[in-house]
This record gives sequence, C-alpha cells and structure tokens, in this order.
Amino acid sequence: MAIEVQIPTILRTYTGGEKTVTADGGTLADLVADLDVKFPGLKDRVVDDAGLRRFVNVYLNDEDVRFLDGLATPLSDGDSVTILPAVAGG
Amino acid sequence: MRLWAKLEDLNPTGSVKDRAALAMIERAEADGVLFPGATILEPTSGNTGISLAMVARQRGYNLICVMPENTSFERTQLLRMWGAEIVYSPAQGGSNEAVRVAKDLASRNPEWVMLYQYGNPANSQTHYDTTGPEILEDLPEITHFVAGLGTTGTLMGVGRFLREKKPDVQIVAAEPRYGELVYGLRNLDEGFVPELYDESVLSSRYSVGPRDALMRTRQLLHEEGIFAGISTGAILHAALGLADRAAGSGQEADICFVVCDGGWKYLSTGAYEGSLEDAEQAISGQLWA
Repeated sequence: MAIEVQIPTILRTYTGGEKTVTADGGTLADLVADLDVKFPGLKDRVVDDAGLRRFVNVYLNDEDVRFLDGLATPLSDGDSVTILPAVAGG
Repeated sequence: MRLWAKLEDLNPTGSVKDRAALAMIERAEADGVLFPGATILEPTSGNTGISLAMVARQRGYNLICVMPENTSFERTQLLRMWGAEIVYSPAQGGSNEAVRVAKDLASRNPEWVMLYQYGNPANSQTHYDTTGPEILEDLPEITHFVAGLGTTGTLMGVGRFLREKKPDVQIVAAEPRYGELVYGLRNLDEGFVPELYDESVLSSRYSVGPRDALMRTRQLLHEEGIFAGISTGAILHAALGLADRAAGSGQEADICFVVCDGGWKYLSTGAYEGSLEDAEQAISGQLWA
C-alpha cells in the first residue's frame, strides 16, 4: 500500500529535501512509524506522547485528521497525506 | 440541495472583518482603554486592519498595522486611504510573523492598545450576537455552515450560536492552503493557533489549495455574478464537497457559506484573468486569504 505524503519545508531536512515521499500504513500512526523508519527523527517532530503536536496539522485527502480519528485514522491505498505547520489568518 | 451565500462582502469595507473590528473597538471603549488620540496596534493579513482603519479614522484613533509584505497592493492602498500606518513583516512565515512583530512592538510601546483579534473575545462574540442570528432567522432550515478559518472568530461565534439553537447543524471550516513561503517557519514551535480556537465547536475542517480556491472563485463570478475574494472560493469548494457528500447519501442539505470579502482588493494579484495555472503561479507567494 502506497500513501503519498507531502512534507513541509521545515521537515525536509529529514527527507533529503524531498517534498513528496511515499510510505505505508493501515492507520496514520502506522504511516508515521514507517516514515520514521525511512527518515529517522521525523516522528518526534510530528507527534508527542499526547498525539499530534499542537502546531502541526495533518490532512488526509485535505481533511484535518483531528476531525477523523486522529492517529487512528485508517488509510487506504492511493490516499494523500499532507503535513503542515499551523499558521494564522486575519 | 441548496447553497446559500452569506454576503459579508457587502459590509462597508467589503469584508466580514468589519464586524470584529467595530466590536473590538467598542469593547475597548467600554473598558476605558481607548480614548480619542490613542494609538491602536494590530497584526493583520489586511482585512481586519482595513476594517479597523475605517473605524479608527471615524473615531479619532491612530492605527498601526503590522502586515506581511506578501499581501496584495490594494491592501496597502486601502489602509493608507484611511490613514493607517503600516509596518511590514517578512513574507516568510506569513501572519505568524506579523503576530510576532506586533507583540514585540507592543512590549516596547505599552501605551499602544493592541486589540489582538486572535484572542479578543469580542471578535467571536459579535458573530454569536449578529452573524449567527441573522443566518438562522433567514435560513431556519440550515444544515451546514461553512466559513473560512483565520482568526477563527466567525466559526467560533456562529458555530456556538448554532450549536445552542440548532445542534444538528454541521460547522465546517475551510482553511486556505498557501504556497510554501507562508509556511517557511524557522521551527515548528513558531506555528500558531489562535487563542479563540476551540476545536470542539467544529464538525470538520478542510484544507483548500490555491487551484481549487481560484477555480471556485471564478465559478462564483461567472455563474452567479458574485465577485468575491479568493478565500471565498476556498470556502465554496468545501461547501460543494459537503453538498456532494450529502447528495451521495441521499440527504437534503441547505448549506450556508460565507462570502467573506469582495474581489476588488485582489485584482492586482492576477487571480481573475488568464489560465488557472498562471493565476496559481501568480498568487503562490501571496497571503491570499
């Protein structure tokens, strides 16, 4: 199963500069674990003991996973996951 | 399946922010912290600043706006039209940087009044008191409310009102997804979540990229004659997604979406002409919502 993951600029030091990577996982937590195998250290920047870090937003096919099942959100082949830092508007 | 537009572009400065600006100033006046001749300081991507500039000019306050440099030229023109002073913050990091710079200025100028739209309860309260009741009165059959997510004031205020009066209504956020420059923070701890934001008010939250936002902005213009700003296209895109989902499950839906500002102050960005590819390229470094 291949999930496309969009990596924000600030985390591309972990992916060798790659903007888009692929990883596997039946859930978002599995996907983050697989990303950490491929790109060691990435997981700690995205999650902490409480779950997703406060200033990190993760979207599954453009929907914020906090309104799905968070890290337990199930993933399917062909899904797209986007990781972004939280920014203001106004 | 019906979509209903809440035309906030018809406010005096052409945006939904007129409500928050007036409410925050009147709250500060009532609290005795604003007096004629006082100086207001505010971080803004533009719209709130323009609304504050109008009210400040009428009531005799000075206004200093901290605004990212990658905003449309019209925002600078409108702020200057009402006599506001502009301090530009770096493009990289977007509004987060404007907030940081404004907080720094506030700490060095304690006599200035920072209304701080991201944490000022008057911002969301005015939507609870006015926008929410207006929508429910005109559209008692409402099933979904969709608005943009910036300070979160509109969604928090209208959302809380509708949750109390009609708990089944879905409260949905459409969040603009900018180009990479705006997310160019030095570290993730520079991320920003407005103090007003309460996740429990929302039903779902969607990130909408520039291509979809531009496509829907033009669709609204060409099919309905509504000349809206680009963030309204993002909101419409989320609303149409909800409509598809409801239709797919055989449900009736009356979806209210917010036209949060008019298109006039985005003309210089190139959003309304040429191919979508060219327009997307043109706004890629801009703070377009």
